Amino acid sequence: MIHQYKSNGHNIVLDVNSGSVHVVDELVYDILALYETESKEEITGKMLEKYQQPMYAKLLEEPISEELVCEAFSEIEELKEQGTLFTEDIYRDYVFDFKSRKTVVKALCLHIAHDCNLGCKYCFAEEGEYKGRRAMMSYEVGKKALDFLIANSGERRNLEVDFFGGEPTMNFEVVKQLVAYGREQEKIHDKNFRFTLTTNGILLDDDIMDFANKEMSNVVLSLDGRKEVNDRMRPTRNGMSSYDVIVPKFKKLADSRNQNNYYVRGTFTHHNTDFAEDVLHMADLGFEQISVEPVVAPLEADYALTEDDVPVVCAEYDRLAKEMIRRKKDGSCFNFFHFMIDLTGGPCVAKRLAGCGSGTEYLAVTPWGDLYPCHQFVGNEDFLLGNVDDGIVNTEVQNKFKLCNVYAKEKCKDCFARFYCSGGCAANAYNFSGDINGAYDIGCELQKKRIECAIMVKVEEALMDETN
Amino acid sequence: MEQKKHIKSLTTKNLQNTVKKGGCGECQTSCQSACKTSCTVGNQSCEHK
Repeated sequence: MIHQYKSNGHNIVLDVNSGSVHVVDELVYDILALYETESKEEITGKMLEKYQQPMYAKLLEEPISEELVCEAFSEIEELKEQGTLFTEDIYRDYVFDFKSRKTVVKALCLHIAHDCNLGCKYCFAEEGEYKGRRAMMSYEVGKKALDFLIANSGERRNLEVDFFGGEPTMNFEVVKQLVAYGREQEKIHDKNFRFTLTTNGILLDDDIMDFANKEMSNVVLSLDGRKEVNDRMRPTRNGMSSYDVIVPKFKKLADSRNQNNYYVRGTFTHHNTDFAEDVLHMADLGFEQISVEPVVAPLEADYALTEDDVPVVCAEYDRLAKEMIRRKKDGSCFNFFHFMIDLTGGPCVAKRLAGCGSGTEYLAVTPWGDLYPCHQFVGNEDFLLGNVDDGIVNTEVQNKFKLCNVYAKEKCKDCFARFYCSGGCAANAYNFSGDINGAYDIGCELQKKRIECAIMVKVEEALMDETN
Repeated sequence: MEQKKHIKSLTTKNLQNTVKKGGCGECQTSCQSACKTSCTVGNQSCEHK
């Protein structure tokens, strides 16, 4: 299976099953579109007919001829033999034994505080309460969570713990205590904790920043972009601007981390489908690590993305990708999380098939110690898996997550993007289709566009390297 | 980048080669980075390059 598309003046071909990327001329691009359905003779005839017309002839570097078509065919066949074009899908058989695979827990999302000091309008956590009550995680519960993680992590050495909320800085003493406990336990059990902190920045001060720089391998700083965009959806509880309070602190923290190992992370909605402006605004503020992603909201919400927004958002991704390339050429580049793609060192197929690992490798822990497949499912009792005292009790639900893979999802089976999004977010799929193996169609369209843009940026970078 | 007359090929890791050696599980969990709703796996790095 191949996926071919035109982007920023390039004819790009992704060989889905090998992950190979080729940039081809017009002739090969047209041949590839017919390659699997028509004979060589038929294709040759069509190419001769098309490229004899002056409007198409000028797209080729030399006049069309049978020899030229033959030459193009030879190059295609050479790549086929190398295993980088029209490679077969050898992975479907690989997943047959997914249920019996042994999984270990390797990451926890600790809901340190089910409370928040902002009143964000799109908050899936309902201002921290997650359809439940306001609560703070105690040190005792957090400790049990870390013990549970260590005990269920098998041979896995790197363990990830995200301090999440609500707003985790509202319960920061417990964060500090848990980090100290984790550092003590990692020595005993030969583990390596990678702590991360997700914060809205309101309570961020020098003490928290120093601690974060010492202990957090990543910090996620919530900011939506331009002041009016941010403050519309992320006001304080009394309706005031959060932008003015948090931006200076985020800038200070980002600089103190040498512009590495952090993200300013925003959400765009139906109200700012021109979100490239928000990304660029944050880049202009000096942030070099930026993540801005589409809101996930019930369809009836006035800020929810609609079908009509999809082409607008896709065009915006194109605009953003081109501007990133322009800035890279000017030496003022920044990273956009959703365009990052690792073509040479990315994950293995096992990882790409299984996706995010929610419900098996990744669990969320509520302030009172309940376990859910991920932060998005917290508060939905149908997905309660167990607790930090008894471990996983609801194995029936966990097994559904264990079976989650791209081939279990009807809409993913033949999608070119399946090894990049790995089936997407289970919570999104559930919210929009009622099934964790379903799909969130708008999300899929945007994901596919982001992958196309990400590959195009890689093509541009490779061409830049060629000329330098 | 490998160049032919009609086709330029980017340097990429062949996914098929990772079937036998992959699956160590030491890599990052996708939601722990900067996406909390849009699962993105292809942008992650393998810990055993």
